[in-house]
Amino acid sequence: MASYWNRNPIRVFVFLILTVFVVVRSNIPSTPGEGAEERRWEASQVGDVDPGMSVAPPHPHTNTDSFQEELVVRPLHSGDIYASFQFRTVWEADFSRGNKVSHYQLFPKSLGQVISKFSVRELHISFTQGYWRTMQWGQPFLPSPPGAELWVWFQDSVTDVDGTWKELTNVLSGIFCASLNFIDSTNTVQPSAAFKPLGVGNVTDHRFLRYATLPREIVCTENLTPWKKLLPCGSKAGLAVLLKSEKLFHSSFHSQAVHIRPICQDQRCKSTSLELRQTLNAVFDLHTSGQAKREWSLFKMFSRTLTEACPLASSSKIYIDITDNSQGEQFELSPASSLLSQAVVLGDRRTFSVYDLTDQATFGSTLSPFDKKWQYPIGDMLRPLLHAERYVAGYGLQTGEIHTVMYNHHPYRSFPVLLLDSVPWYLRLYIHTLTVTSKGKENKPSYIHYQPSKDRLRPHLLEMLVQLPPNSATEVTVEFERALLKWTEYTPDPNHGFYVGSSVISSLVPSTVATNTSITQEQPLFSSFFPCKEELSYFVRVYTEPLLVNLPTPDFSMPYNVICLTCTVVAVGYGSLYNLLTRSFQIEEPSPGLAKRIANVIRRMRGVPPL
Amino acid sequence: CSARSFRFTTFLASLTQTLTLVVHFCLVFQDSAGQFFSSGHTNNWAVLVCTSRFWFNYRHVANTLSVYRSVKRLGIPDSHIVLMLADDMACNHRNPKPATVFSHKNMELNVYGDDVEVDYRGYEVTVENFLRVLTGRLPPSTPRSKRLLSDDRSNILIYLTGHGGNGFLKFQDSEEISNVELADAFEQMWQKRRYNELLFIIDTCQGASMYERFYSPNLMALASSQVGEDSLSHQPDLAIGVHLMDRYTFYLLEFLEDIHPASKTNMNDLFKVCPKSQCVSTPGHRTDLFLRDPGSVLITDFFGSVRKIEITMETINLTDPINSGNDVQTENNTYVDQLPVSEIIHQKPKQRDWHPPDGFILGLWTLILLVFFKTYGVKHLKHVF
Repeated sequence: MASYWNRNPIRVFVFLILTVFVVVRSNIPSTPGEGAEERRWEASQVGDVDPGMSVAPPHPHTNTDSFQEELVVRPLHSGDIYASFQFRTVWEADFSRGNKVSHYQLFPKSLGQVISKFSVRELHISFTQGYWRTMQWGQPFLPSPPGAELWVWFQDSVTDVDGTWKELTNVLSGIFCASLNFIDSTNTVQPSAAFKPLGVGNVTDHRFLRYATLPREIVCTENLTPWKKLLPCGSKAGLAVLLKSEKLFHSSFHSQAVHIRPICQDQRCKSTSLELRQTLNAVFDLHTSGQAKREWSLFKMFSRTLTEACPLASSSKIYIDITDNSQGEQFELSPASSLLSQAVVLGDRRTFSVYDLTDQATFGSTLSPFDKKWQYPIGDMLRPLLHAERYVAGYGLQTGEIHTVMYNHHPYRSFPVLLLDSVPWYLRLYIHTLTVTSKGKENKPSYIHYQPSKDRLRPHLLEMLVQLPPNSATEVTVEFERALLKWTEYTPDPNHGFYVGSSVISSLVPSTVATNTSITQEQPLFSSFFPCKEELSYFVRVYTEPLLVNLPTPDFSMPYNVICLTCTVVAVGYGSLYNLLTRSFQIEEPSPGLAKRIANVIRRMRGVPPL
Repeated sequence: CSARSFRFTTFLASLTQTLTLVVHFCLVFQDSAGQFFSSGHTNNWAVLVCTSRFWFNYRHVANTLSVYRSVKRLGIPDSHIVLMLADDMACNHRNPKPATVFSHKNMELNVYGDDVEVDYRGYEVTVENFLRVLTGRLPPSTPRSKRLLSDDRSNILIYLTGHGGNGFLKFQDSEEISNVELADAFEQMWQKRRYNELLFIIDTCQGASMYERFYSPNLMALASSQVGEDSLSHQPDLAIGVHLMDRYTFYLLEFLEDIHPASKTNMNDLFKVCPKSQCVSTPGHRTDLFLRDPGSVLITDFFGSVRKIEITMETINLTDPINSGNDVQTENNTYVDQLPVSEIIHQKPKQRDWHPPDGFILGLWTLILLVFFKTYGVKHLKHVF
């Protein structure tokens, strides 16, 4: 062996180099890609900061918060009424440079403390009951999936994003009285291309983004109560007076959401302020709630009337969609309003009749618009251009298939969509069976990001950028196998099934009507949520249905049965055998009668052997 | 000598006079302020738990909510109430009137109300969480509304309802808590000084078995039925289709509706709620561990809330907010592109698990083979290649 080293020093040298290489690579962290990026990020940050700058300056003294509220009522073609509340509080505070704030005016203190403590840049949380039927109702102003959905962008100063995310979900579960503490690593994903920030900012490093859904979460009055307490006027004045739970939850669709994001203060956008939008969307089915005639009124929908605007609001308006009523033959509003406004929302130019609550002279003491004669609308609803469905196919409790179908109803334009799928780990996806077909032919996505699941640690994440051809249905299929869980991991009612969260489909849909791209022009709240960069398309997000799959469920009485049976077998079978083998038998004479005993006593006395 | 005796008697008389005055004054003082301080507690907490799941156990949720409603009405704020409901009845899809839970038939009384805050709901109501709430051993990130932040001057009301048996209470149809565990939890609370006095009410079948094993001081317990008896439900509502309340809690609610925050009814009246003629089962109670006489314990000591208000004339000067110069940020912020297609397509994939580079493994195996063949002779190589 020594002669080998002497004879071939070059080979020795190469071997040594290779071992050194192995040792060095094994010492760096397990995800060196991230480590390398982290090193790159640090370098750029050092370059940007001016060494002459001192500690972060304190916040400006002008702390003028503003609050606006609005309600949009839109009669739908299917006979339902869509009511959308939006409350917007703008807070002149800037958290991006680590400022500390202790004075709260209109912005709720509970949320302000959460944002500053966890260095949150953007927070979007929604609670929904019911599923939005796009084909019958059109597109909603603010889409949301059934159950609870939470996605958060953290500031770049956060070092441990996962730990901060866990604490944030616990705190939010206390604020909103929801079981958001069930959000953990098994249902949190980090999308790589979807859910870009909706607020201003330059950085889009997806390491600071976390997304989670809880499809099983219910919404009830206990979630509405703390939501109402975040409003400056509470539920005592203004439009929030209408939010009574007995009517709101007796609806086909109910969704309440809180969106916090930084926005530009002015046109030049040199400084940002924090915007809190609280939205509540509800679709009322007037037939099932006992109204036979086709007339609707604010009182019938909410069983309350409006008396005054919130004194802290700078604007308080009600918009009623009268686009289908251009000649006045469909319905007639009373009290009539002379104010009309037009807005482009979701690629459609709609006309609204506006009631301004701050201007009390126009409507007297109470306002309850209602319409006297509402006939079934004759005109066509604008067909939504993007629509999606999702279902589970297959039979039995072992395998199945997930089908997601995306429809493009545009006659001649194709557009790209980004599909985000997050499937729990107990449905083991076979990604080699993933197929995307449009019009019968295979459609290769231009970007795929797939992160496989780890049992009990993280879910599957599948993101695909697919180009939808015009007037077509694109189907995405993937097969899966169901896993058998440990018996402690089942919920108390496992026969109900397990939920798989909705898929998210984000897309820039071409529109025929030019959308407004200016950021500070006064627009009604419902049309200014998603930022538009170009005029001829608008951003839309569509959620599919959640899936309910049955996992193979064991019989939970089996441990008890096994114990009983085993103990019986041991006691009866083994016990009797053991006794037979180890017991020794002795013959015992029966005890003698009384006469014999006395006779034996006498015989003993005589010295004679006993009987 | 008569003068001295005269002075002595006057001295005695004045002494007795002052003494009687002092005693009388003390008595008067104790009369009015004595009642105020006799209970010894400064704050009130309530832990109300419903342990049953599924729609046909509507009555257990209605039980808990009616106690919640009474407790809130008598003054305990939401921040001092830990409400645990194992299932949602109000917004259940089977409920013909959503967002309501009724306790009386013909929908007379909606105990759910408009201002309810449920702290633990659904799958969170487990034996472990209940015991952690009682003993205070919760993970550090638990929010305040889910904690029982009581101290040694707190009077706590604990109300449990659900399905139970001899010595256990069933949680969510999948696990149970035994009376021994509960007694040990209360002992932990006593050792950690987490309560001043504790009232334990349980409305389940064979509920008296749950308080048999208590051994910590200052505990008073009430149950809706004795060992071997079942607690029965009150009345069904034909529109909703399920039984709305249990009998014991129904009559308890009726009793509590007559109590207002200043009432002086005591515990002996509470023991008389729901006699056998109304309840069919025999309610039981246990007061041997309680130091005070139950006749001197007010209902509002546990169901209401002590609010001691001190009026002060002090003023606090607020400091002026710090004025800062307007600092202009150098960078121009813009909204981010929501779907930057070209950026996405050219994105490099991130977060790959580390694998050693492919050529490395090949080279390693080649090296190993070469070393082998060199040591043992080149003649083997011919046979391999």
